[in-house]
Amino acid sequence: MHSFFSDPAWIALRLSLKVACWATLLALIFGMAFGYLLARKRFAGRELLDAVLTLPMVMPPTVLGYYLLVIIGREGPVGAWLQHHFGINLIFTWQAAVMAAAVVAFPLVLKGARAAFETVDTQLEQAAKVLGVSSFGVFLRVTLPLAWRGVLGGTLLAFARSMGEFGATLMVAGSIPGKTQTLSIAVYEAVQAGQDDTANLLVIITSVVCITVLVLANKLTPNRHPEG
Amino acid sequence: MQIQVDIRKTLRSGDRVFELDARFESASQRVVIYGASGAGKSQLLKAVAGLMTPDSGRIALAGRCLFDQAQRIDITPQRRRVAYLFQDYALFPHLNVRQNIAFGLQRGWRNPLARVEAEAVRYWLAAFELEHVAQQLPHQLSGGQRQRVALARALAPQPGALLLDEPFAALDPALRERMRAELDALQRRLSIPMILITHDPEDVRAFGEHVLRMEGGRLEEQET
Repeated sequence: MHSFFSDPAWIALRLSLKVACWATLLALIFGMAFGYLLARKRFAGRELLDAVLTLPMVMPPTVLGYYLLVIIGREGPVGAWLQHHFGINLIFTWQAAVMAAAVVAFPLVLKGARAAFETVDTQLEQAAKVLGVSSFGVFLRVTLPLAWRGVLGGTLLAFARSMGEFGATLMVAGSIPGKTQTLSIAVYEAVQAGQDDTANLLVIITSVVCITVLVLANKLTPNRHPEG
Repeated sequence: MQIQVDIRKTLRSGDRVFELDARFESASQRVVIYGASGAGKSQLLKAVAGLMTPDSGRIALAGRCLFDQAQRIDITPQRRRVAYLFQDYALFPHLNVRQNIAFGLQRGWRNPLARVEAEAVRYWLAAFELEHVAQQLPHQLSGGQRQRVALARALAPQPGALLLDEPFAALDPALRERMRAELDALQRRLSIPMILITHDPEDVRAFGEHVLRMEGGRLEEQET
């Protein structure tokens, strides 16, 4: 009997976790930045920007994958630039899977962060500014500590969504075992190949990971902090 | 204190347009701006603190220009060195009394520790008899204690002026009288110049060395 750690299921799980972690980190950074922008700044086209940034949540992942291919593919503006200057080709790499998962998961952080930032009383931020603290200091010391539950709730959902990403990932990263074949893609391959045992195992692993994350997210989402 | 204000601002909210037009000068240590709610008093005070940018005009405090639209001067709120007491105090709900008072003493990206020790913190805890609640969060405090914490927090960084937005409106009448006396004594002791905005004639009686009346966004000078 071979070791569990060389099992393809374990390798796929590890890859999925790696991809989901990086994707969540990217989604978190951009989601928080745009969430803050939408919650705090008044500008023309604010709600339109929110709608555009939320699109990845409602569009078919295959369509997103196609957009990504157009942008980061060899012929795409970003892809050609990377190829020309750094000799980097993103397509069919795990980094492409990260990008696909990040785009799909991003709106979940954005929604959670925007709603959470909007619950923070702007007067508290003004009070902090008058006390001499820089804008970024105010964000780290007042806004984020009061909004972190909402941000974290959205982030955990984004992680779960990243773990389950299939369509966009398949389009840009393909299904290379041990390299870009994530859990959800491995499930599809196993079922196609009639390997029911592998499929069962993969499905159970995915379910356990996602349920764990969702339970955590539910525990953290109700935005309760001591009222002043 | 020398304060000179000459500002205009058009505020829009949906269909409603509000014109703020304030012009006054004072050398008094105690300026009270009196007017009904909605007269634009808070906006005026925010302009002095740098929390609202006027469309045009000039603001100078103690000979220092804080805002001058014509000369493109607009000192950030962080650098105006004024203390601002918000109507409902705006204490940081996630920080204890000690951390709230120390907030402005630590300028970086991190909040003071829950057990922060600093000379100014010790002083203000003692001055306002807050030692026994030093580790408590704002929501655990009484109304009077909240106001004291807010004052201590505002005064700890040694500001050049104290701006007060309806400081007693959130208190019940009995406490209001006591806190007025406290603020009165404090202002005399520190001899810190203050601008207080209120709709309460009692505040005018207690603090009005130089009283200005504000109405419908317009502030006209009036001697007492």
